[in-house]
Amino acid sequence: MNDRYVLEMKGISKSFGATQALDNINFQLKKGEVHALLGENGAGKSTLIKVLGGVHRPDKGEIYIEDKNVVMNEIEDAQKAGVGIIHQEIVLVPYLSVTENIFLGREILTPLHTRDMKKMNSKAKEMTERLGLDIDVTTKVGTLSIAQQQLVEIVKAISFDIKILVMDEPTSSLSDEEVHKLFEIMEKLKADGVSIIYISHRMEELFAVTNRVTIMRDGTYVGTVETQETNTDELVGMMVGRSLTNYYTRDYNMSNTEVLRVENLTQKGVFEDISFSVREGEILGFSGLVGAGRSEIMQAIFGNEKYSSGTIFLNGKELKFKNSMDAIKNGLALVPEDRKKQGLTLINTVAFNLSLVSLDALKKGGLINNGKKDRMVDKYVKDLNIKTASVESPVSSLSGGNQQKIVLGRWLATNPQVLILDEPTRGVDVGAKAEIYSIINDLAKEGMAIIMVSSELPEIINMCDNVCVVKDGRITGRLTKEEMNQEKIMHYATGGQ
Amino acid sequence: MSSNKVNIKSNSRTVALVKSNMGILLVMLLIGVVLTFLTPNFLTSSNIISVLRQISNNIFLAIGMTLVIILGGIDLSVGSIVAMSGTLTVGFIVTNHIPIGLAIIIGLLLGTLVGLFNGVIISVFKVPAFIVTLATMNIAKGVAYIYSGGRSTRITSEVYSMLGTGYLFGIIPLPVVYMIALIIIFSIILNKTKFGTYVYAVGGNRESARLSGVPIKKVEMLVFTISGFLAAFAGIILSSRMYSGQPKAGDGYEMDAIAACVLGGISMSGGTGSLSGTVIGAIVIGIISNGLNLIGVSSFWQLLVKGLIILIAIIIDSQKARISDTFAKRKKN
Repeated sequence: MNDRYVLEMKGISKSFGATQALDNINFQLKKGEVHALLGENGAGKSTLIKVLGGVHRPDKGEIYIEDKNVVMNEIEDAQKAGVGIIHQEIVLVPYLSVTENIFLGREILTPLHTRDMKKMNSKAKEMTERLGLDIDVTTKVGTLSIAQQQLVEIVKAISFDIKILVMDEPTSSLSDEEVHKLFEIMEKLKADGVSIIYISHRMEELFAVTNRVTIMRDGTYVGTVETQETNTDELVGMMVGRSLTNYYTRDYNMSNTEVLRVENLTQKGVFEDISFSVREGEILGFSGLVGAGRSEIMQAIFGNEKYSSGTIFLNGKELKFKNSMDAIKNGLALVPEDRKKQGLTLINTVAFNLSLVSLDALKKGGLINNGKKDRMVDKYVKDLNIKTASVESPVSSLSGGNQQKIVLGRWLATNPQVLILDEPTRGVDVGAKAEIYSIINDLAKEGMAIIMVSSELPEIINMCDNVCVVKDGRITGRLTKEEMNQEKIMHYATGGQ
Repeated sequence: MSSNKVNIKSNSRTVALVKSNMGILLVMLLIGVVLTFLTPNFLTSSNIISVLRQISNNIFLAIGMTLVIILGGIDLSVGSIVAMSGTLTVGFIVTNHIPIGLAIIIGLLLGTLVGLFNGVIISVFKVPAFIVTLATMNIAKGVAYIYSGGRSTRITSEVYSMLGTGYLFGIIPLPVVYMIALIIIFSIILNKTKFGTYVYAVGGNRESARLSGVPIKKVEMLVFTISGFLAAFAGIILSSRMYSGQPKAGDGYEMDAIAACVLGGISMSGGTGSLSGTVIGAIVIGIISNGLNLIGVSSFWQLLVKGLIILIAIIIDSQKARISDTFAKRKKN
């Protein structure tokens, strides 16, 4: 036994039916370290966390917390053992205040058995202040930003006196600024002796914040490395089991033919004076912080949201799209940022989701023709390398990367001239990301004009011909690919002097 | 999982149909077998035709309800529309001496209007369907009572009563013919038209449908209008079969239609389900009622027994995933 470890998971195996989700996994967490768990979607990270959290019981293996063998049968067992888990999706009650959420189910009572709000509020205030958060604890959680809600989750988790904190992709919906804030808080937690298991797909974050990285692949343990002694290529290689030589694929081939031009597009209070143009074969990036108004600009161009003034030219002709149907007819396509909420009908099939926007092309004598539909669906499943058991499988059974490819396929099936991609690789694992980059590159090569909204700077820098940086609804900077770097983009995005 | 074999063609679509309705098909078979043993009259052609005629009215409503529930809504007003259209149509003919054809058209139109009204309020003002149709349920029923003064009106016109009591080729009751025709038409609409696909899209994820260029409001209005039309049609056929317009008719019919949908495996949260499921669901409800009649269970007890059987059937159906899982595991071992 080694008292340096606050947590040891030994030989953990777990299968669901025929699927071996975890196969003899070993994992050790040192006291006060941030330890990343890295692997593609389906590698078994979530299952391992669920075993630790008492959601799944392992078939084999043992868990030691501070050298004591613990059996996690229930979620409560994990809480008692000092394990706190922050899930990707926020699980707070929106209509309750910050305090009420923190103390939900273990309220402090007065002698008369009513809730002692005064005491709870002051305790909640103390806890938020200790982490350096500036939140009024009496506000309803639903009115807070996603980032603030996530911080409330952290406060709630550590209010249980935890030793181990698991964070499952906490930054996936945060802006860079908010990510920095989160990292500061993690440093404070570390100083307090909390050990953190950190799950993220963003490589640069792992290097910024973790001490060690454990890599998993297909339910097996691949290895653990010191963060300072490794690099992205090595980690990616361990994750995918082969070396990805070309993570970003890009053959620059922008033509001089302008396809879409937007002039002085304005919607008061949302975005103002937006002007840009995109040419055949160009990938035009839109960078900026989350909430800067980039998605709103794209939805307005596409006819889904209103704008009060400004003009849109398509192939030199002035147009105004009444609604998205109109935009689609004119050769525009928009892949929305949130594939689960805005992109897919999760309960429906691959075939349904792929064909939804291009049903007109599948008609024969007024009715939808199954043969045509099958051919169309098969084409995109093959072209985009969508991995699914059957085209009749529900989309919810597919991995994030394959789901994203389906949204992309749905819009490619409309044969657009202009493709707007809003966060095309959010929540997608490394292998699928590389595939999506290569697909986007192929589309640009065929002459499609592409607008790519992205919060990931490496993605913008490695894929785009030009970038517009948006801050508070205005374009604050424009850079060509020769001028682009992280510092310049961040400078414009944050409005630094 | 990760193989790229993706060839589900039309013949295996039938297999998929049977598979997705497996639970309720088993329930239907079970009840059928039990009834065949309990009463010799169950499996006779005359009894089967009589069951089909009995369920036809529920199926008219259940078809509309299927569309509404897949859309993510509910329509509580259909039972009252049945009463309203039947009472008004008969009244127009008997009391107001309006020609039969015209009276039927007006009757259908008024029911359809109630449906359209539901659709407009729901889609434009974004009021939940449950509340809107709860209100129009009372309104439509109120119209029937006000117009008739609460009394039923007898109709002696042979042409009118033919509609509900006549036969095709002397053996198939006309309501059964309408039923089959409507099932075919709406299967095509749901599975083969853009509108049908859009119904699933709006019910499955409204926001995604909107961003994909689906005209959400039009789809919602059309679905509720169809539901109103089918209820008005059911009301006219029912009044014809009863030789009278009765404001009390159609009481609780909306619940039978919802029960057929739920038995047929349609999720109340919308986005999934099939018309074939609803039809099987309606048949199950039909043979339960018929069987209880044949065995001689009193009508008071029938309600209780019917409710219990529906509950058990739904529990069996909801466990089908687990059952087929267990079978799959056994096979492997």
